[in-house]
Amino acid sequence: MRAPPSTVRASKLVTNAVAVKSETASIAATKSGHELLLFEALREGLEEEMERDPRVCVLGEDVGHYGGSYKVTKGLAEKFGDLRVLDTPIAENSFTGMAVGAAMTGLRPIVEGMNMGFLLLAYNQISNNCGMLHYTSGGQFTIPVVIRGPGGVGRQLGAEHSQRLESYFQSVPGLQMVACSTPYNAKGLMKAAIRSENPVILCEHVLLYNLKERIPDEEYVCCLERAELVRPGKDVTILTYSRMRHHVLQAAKSLINKGYDPEIIDIISLKPFDLHTIGNSIKKTHKVLIVEECMRTGGIGASLRASIMDNFWDYLDAPIMCLSSQDVPTPYAGTLEEATVVQPPQIVKAIKQLCG
Amino acid sequence: MNDFMGRKVSYSSQMCFIPEESTNSVPCYRLLSTHGDLLDPSSINELDKELCIEMYRKMVTLQVMDTIFYDAQRQGRISFYVTTIGEEAINIGSAAALNATDVVFSQYREPGVLMWRGFTLQQFANQCYGNEYDLGKGRQMPVHYGSNELNYLTVSSPIATQVPQAVGAAYGLKMDKKDACAVTYFGDGGTSEGDFHAGMNFAAVLGAPVLFICRNNGWAISTPTSEQFRSDGVAIKGQAYGVRSIRVDGNDALAVYFAVKNARKMAVEEFRPILIEALTYRVGHHSTSDDSSKYRSVDEIEYWRTRRDPVARLRMFLQSNRWWDDENEDLLRQDLRTQMMSVLHNAESKKKPGLSNLFEDVYDVIPQNLKEQEQETQAIVGKYPKDYPSDVPLD
Repeated sequence: MRAPPSTVRASKLVTNAVAVKSETASIAATKSGHELLLFEALREGLEEEMERDPRVCVLGEDVGHYGGSYKVTKGLAEKFGDLRVLDTPIAENSFTGMAVGAAMTGLRPIVEGMNMGFLLLAYNQISNNCGMLHYTSGGQFTIPVVIRGPGGVGRQLGAEHSQRLESYFQSVPGLQMVACSTPYNAKGLMKAAIRSENPVILCEHVLLYNLKERIPDEEYVCCLERAELVRPGKDVTILTYSRMRHHVLQAAKSLINKGYDPEIIDIISLKPFDLHTIGNSIKKTHKVLIVEECMRTGGIGASLRASIMDNFWDYLDAPIMCLSSQDVPTPYAGTLEEATVVQPPQIVKAIKQLCG
Repeated sequence: MNDFMGRKVSYSSQMCFIPEESTNSVPCYRLLSTHGDLLDPSSINELDKELCIEMYRKMVTLQVMDTIFYDAQRQGRISFYVTTIGEEAINIGSAAALNATDVVFSQYREPGVLMWRGFTLQQFANQCYGNEYDLGKGRQMPVHYGSNELNYLTVSSPIATQVPQAVGAAYGLKMDKKDACAVTYFGDGGTSEGDFHAGMNFAAVLGAPVLFICRNNGWAISTPTSEQFRSDGVAIKGQAYGVRSIRVDGNDALAVYFAVKNARKMAVEEFRPILIEALTYRVGHHSTSDDSSKYRSVDEIEYWRTRRDPVARLRMFLQSNRWWDDENEDLLRQDLRTQMMSVLHNAESKKKPGLSNLFEDVYDVIPQNLKEQEQETQAIVGKYPKDYPSDVPLD
């Protein structure tokens, strides 16, 4: 059954925003380098770290011989063995607990949640132990775990599989949290997260796994606490992360045609915020638009707004605008689902409103 | 016999339900009678006199330490305490059977294991007072001990969270092929948590060298075991996961010792988990925030405290073999009391950790936002010192 034209056009817009490769202009790509998809970049980072340090291991459902639900661990069990790429029974709280125990006794585990939403089951271990035990043990025990998995709204995956858990984890003390959005930063952040002595949550997005980009052949590691300046500009600061980065870039094409000059920052680090990069931008543009996939209430945007007001109030010429998803569970119906995710036309409209 | 997913299945046209209860309950292993007599007198030859005496001394130390700390809490000298009264045999018996390199993940009623490994009375006191010598830097409640050096992971209150963590540590030991196992302790109540179920299952599937030691002490705060589970205790649950298990008299220090020793050997040599259910009784209240006479009879408590005391039981055994006498007893208890008084006084007189400890170790390196919060806090406390405790240094 064919969908009516307006819906087809809207679908096309969303598809482009996901698959765009030329917009990821922030890295100095070498002439050589190699092209790969985001999930392969994650795997490359993981594999390099597993080769470099024998203590690095992966735990999760179907990560071993199946290669992971999104193929991030494909081939690793064959290469490193069943113990280093461990298939676990279905008990998220418990394999996260296992990772905490293994980390405290010398390993560097990476926990893969098949979907970030399932990690809600692991919240007890993540909040009560992962973020806490380094502190409560007086610094005696470290927990260098990486907890990663796909989140965000996909394509009709249903409410339970379309959650944005970054907002739930952001107030847990002791955790660090980053969100990758391109193959370049996915690999770099994976490596940085594994090398970090702190527990790090690496948020991936279910619709970005097939994003293609050319990345350097030489080894590189991204900084966990640094935001990425995607496009310099002077009219307005647009802060975004994960998939919404691509929606913003899509909207930017239209905005630039209309004569606007937006500065686009992919915040990357969700906890803590890179207020240095963000602040420098605000001091230049004096206007902020936040574009996120989280819900309006208690989302990353909500706390980013508070941070900006606390620190850069004097530099703002207008109230901070924030485009988020509504406070509703993600519906299954495709048209409704699309309406809960911020789309490029909304972003264009918001900039016009903000900048005049 | 046919195969189904690798398992042999035997079919039968007799419809037969597995009964919810077996006619014979799981047998309980014990070596000493309740009066301290060896049930098999010839087994004396397998006992090491020095080890038995040392185990007894530590059990008495634990008992005395508990009594004095409990009183200290009642006097307002420390804020909170959890006693191990009645469970000294499990604590010391199991600790003596482990190696120093075995990694321990406890619940909160197992300080005897730490004590056996060398944690001093002063160190216990420093943690309870949360002073600047506390290894935990004053960040946890009393009895939430932890020592990297002694391979005892810092206690975390939520029930049974340590169970899968122990499995994770055992997994690491297996990968590194170390001659060590992980050990985790929990109560009867802890076996109701999802983490217990999944931890047992994981350990069995992984072939992880881990000991699951359940202190079945009859009570989970006010919930008796009859309301906690309907199975024949905890040992029976082992087979459901494919885990070898044993039930032992938890108030018989020698039985606990030998059961754990054998279990450890199996775990390390065969790469398998072992479940040990130690039957005992929680003589004390759940904690200093509890008054257990509200939900159980004082007679029951008194019976277990006076007639089934694991410390007295081992003493009777030692004394009947002339390995110990009343004079040793009096000297030991007197010495311990003196030590404890001095230890309390010392701990009390030490400074509390400075304010900077509030912000350190949240991460490996203090981030900018926490530095700012630290400065704000220091400024406020510095400006209104009368509204804040006087014994907390500003830095």
